[in-house]
Amino acid sequence: MSDPMDFLLWTKGPAFEWAIAIFALGLLARLLEIFVIGRRPNYAEPRAGEWGPGMRTVFTRSIADPGTFKSAPFNVVVGWIWHVGFLIVLLLFIPHLELIKSLLGFAWPGLPNPVVDLVTAVTLVALVATLVHRLTHPVKKRISTVEDYVVWGITFLVVLSGYLAYHRVINPYPLALGLHILSAEIFLILLPFTKLTHIFTTVIARWYNGASFGRRGVAS
Amino acid sequence: MSELTLERGLAALRAEIDGPVAAFFSSCVHCGICATACPFYVETGDPKYTPILKVEPLRRVWKSEFTLWGRLLSTLGLTKKVTDEMLAEWEELIYDSCSMCGRCSLVCPVGNDIQAMVRKTREGMVASGHAPEGLIAASVRAIQTGSPMGLQWKTLQVQIEHVQSSTGLEVPVDKAGVDYLAMLSSMEVINFPEYLEAITKIFDHAGVTWTLSTQCFEATNAGIQIGNKDVAALLVQRVVDAAVKLGVKNVISPECGHAYTAIRWEGPNLIGKPYPFKVFHIIEVLDELRAAGRIKTEGMETDRLSMHDPCNLARKSGVIDQQRNLMNLVADNFVELKEHGKYQWCCGAGGGVSSNERAEPLKLAAFKRKKAQIEEVSPARMVTMCATCRTQLEEGLEEFNMDIPVVGLTEMIADHLVEKA
Repeated sequence: MSDPMDFLLWTKGPAFEWAIAIFALGLLARLLEIFVIGRRPNYAEPRAGEWGPGMRTVFTRSIADPGTFKSAPFNVVVGWIWHVGFLIVLLLFIPHLELIKSLLGFAWPGLPNPVVDLVTAVTLVALVATLVHRLTHPVKKRISTVEDYVVWGITFLVVLSGYLAYHRVINPYPLALGLHILSAEIFLILLPFTKLTHIFTTVIARWYNGASFGRRGVAS
Repeated sequence: MSELTLERGLAALRAEIDGPVAAFFSSCVHCGICATACPFYVETGDPKYTPILKVEPLRRVWKSEFTLWGRLLSTLGLTKKVTDEMLAEWEELIYDSCSMCGRCSLVCPVGNDIQAMVRKTREGMVASGHAPEGLIAASVRAIQTGSPMGLQWKTLQVQIEHVQSSTGLEVPVDKAGVDYLAMLSSMEVINFPEYLEAITKIFDHAGVTWTLSTQCFEATNAGIQIGNKDVAALLVQRVVDAAVKLGVKNVISPECGHAYTAIRWEGPNLIGKPYPFKVFHIIEVLDELRAAGRIKTEGMETDRLSMHDPCNLARKSGVIDQQRNLMNLVADNFVELKEHGKYQWCCGAGGGVSSNERAEPLKLAAFKRKKAQIEEVSPARMVTMCATCRTQLEEGLEEFNMDIPVVGLTEMIADHLVEKA
C-alpha cells in the first residue's frame, strides 16, 4: 500500500466496510445493553404520562436554563458552536452529500464550499478551546479520563484532516483524502465503545429524565 | 443485621442498575456542568464534589459488568474495580456532600438523572458498611422506636394536650373512616409544635375530618436517606398499615420534604404495590381547600416575604404553584428568590446531611448559596414548608448574623383564618 492511490482505495473499500460493520454491531450492542435491562414497574400514582414529558426533554435539554448559561457560559457557547459546526460540515458539505447519496440513494442540498470552509475553521478553533478548557478547568481536569482525550483527538483529526485535504496542504491528494476517510473510520469504530455513544444514547437518557420528572409533575 | 461486606455492596449496586442508569452512563461526556448546579461544589470550589463523580462506584460496576466491551476489558483486568478503600473514600462524596436535591439532574445536558443514581449508589454504600454513623443511628432509632429522633407517642400526647387547651379544639386520634390521616415528623413535634396547632385550626375551620394515629405518626423515612430498601420498606409499611387500619382515603405528609417523596413516590415501589389511599403534602391539601373556597382568611402580612421551595416538594414532586397560591392569599409583599420553583437551590441540609453530624461544615458551606439568594432580595422574613429546610435556614441565618426569621407556611395560613362567628 505504498502507493497513495492504493491507500485511498483501501480506505474507501475494505476499511470502510469494516468500520461500518464494527460501528453498526457495536452500537446495536450498546442499545441492547440499555433496553434489555429496562425498568421495574412503578406503582406510584403518576401526575402525568411519561411519553410526552420524555419527548419534550429530548428537545428542551438542548437549551441551557438561564442559571446554567450564567454559571457555565463557556461550556454552553463553545459546546454549541462546535457541535453545530461539526454537523454543518458533516451534513452540508457537497462531497459528503455525494457519499450520502451513493449510500442511501438520496441527499439534500449542500452549502457553498467557502461557507463550509469557514465553518470548519471555526469548529477547529472551538475544538482547541474545549481542549484547553478540559486541561485547565478544575472540574474538567478532575473528571477527565484518557478516553476523553482520545475522543477529543479523533474528533479533531477528522475535522482537521478534512480541512487539510480541502486546502491541498497534504500531497498527493489521494493520501490527504485517504487520511481524512481513515480518521472518520476510526471515529466510527470508536463510537460504540467510548463516550461518542452519546450521539445516540443522549436521546434515550433525556427521555428517561423527562419521563421521570414528568410523571412527578415537573417539566424537566 | 447480617455482615456488611464489599461483596454485599457490589450485589446491591448490581441490583440497582437499570435501563436509565445504562443510558445515563453511556451518555456522559464529562462536561462538568453538573458541578455548576451543585451547592456543595459551588460553595467549596472543590472538584471532588462534582455530582457525576459521586456515582463513580455505580459507574464502575455498570461498566465492568453490564457492557459487552467492559466485560471484555474486565476479563483482561483492564477496568477499574470498586474496592473497600474506594467506597470508604466515597462515603463523604455520596452522603456528606449530597442532599439529593436533584438540581444536577435538571441541568445535565445529556439528561442524566444523577440524583436518582446517588440514591441507588447509597444502597451499595449501606450494604458494604460505608454509611455515616449519624444516619445509621437515625435508622436504628426509627426501626426501634418509630422515630429517627427516638420520639415517643407520650411526647406527642403532651403536645396534643397543649394544642387542645390553647385552641379549645379536639385533636382527633385514631378516628376510623375520616378523610385524612395526618402524619408528622419528629423534627416538627420537637422544634415546630405550631404546625400541629395550625392544622388543627385549619381543618376545624374547613370542616375537614382527620386523625392522627397512635400506631404510626412518623412520616419521615431514615431508610430512604441512608439508602436501604429494607429499612425504607419497613417504615413505609407502618404508614400503610396505620392508614389501612383506620380506613382513611388520604394520607397527609407534613411540612417535610423527604417524607413526602418517600411516601408519595418511593413508597408504593418499596412495598411492591399501589396504595389503597392517596398521598398529599399538607400544602397540596391546603391549596385544594383554598380552591374549593373552604379556607377563608382575613388580613395580610405586609412585610417583605420571600419563600424557599423545598427540593423534595418543588423540583422532585411538582408542588410549585400551590405554595404560591397560598402565599398570595395572606401576603401583600411577596418577592420570589431569583431562581425558584424547579430551579431553586437546596438549603444544604436534605438527603440525610442534617442527620450526619460529621457533615456539619459542608452543610453550612452549601447553605451559602441559599444565603446569597436570600441576600439578593433582602426579605424581612423567609417562608418555607419543610421542617429540615426551616431548621437549616434558621441555623444558617443565625450563623451569618442575618436577622431574618423563618416561618412555616401552614402556620401562617392558620394565623389568618377568619374567626368563627
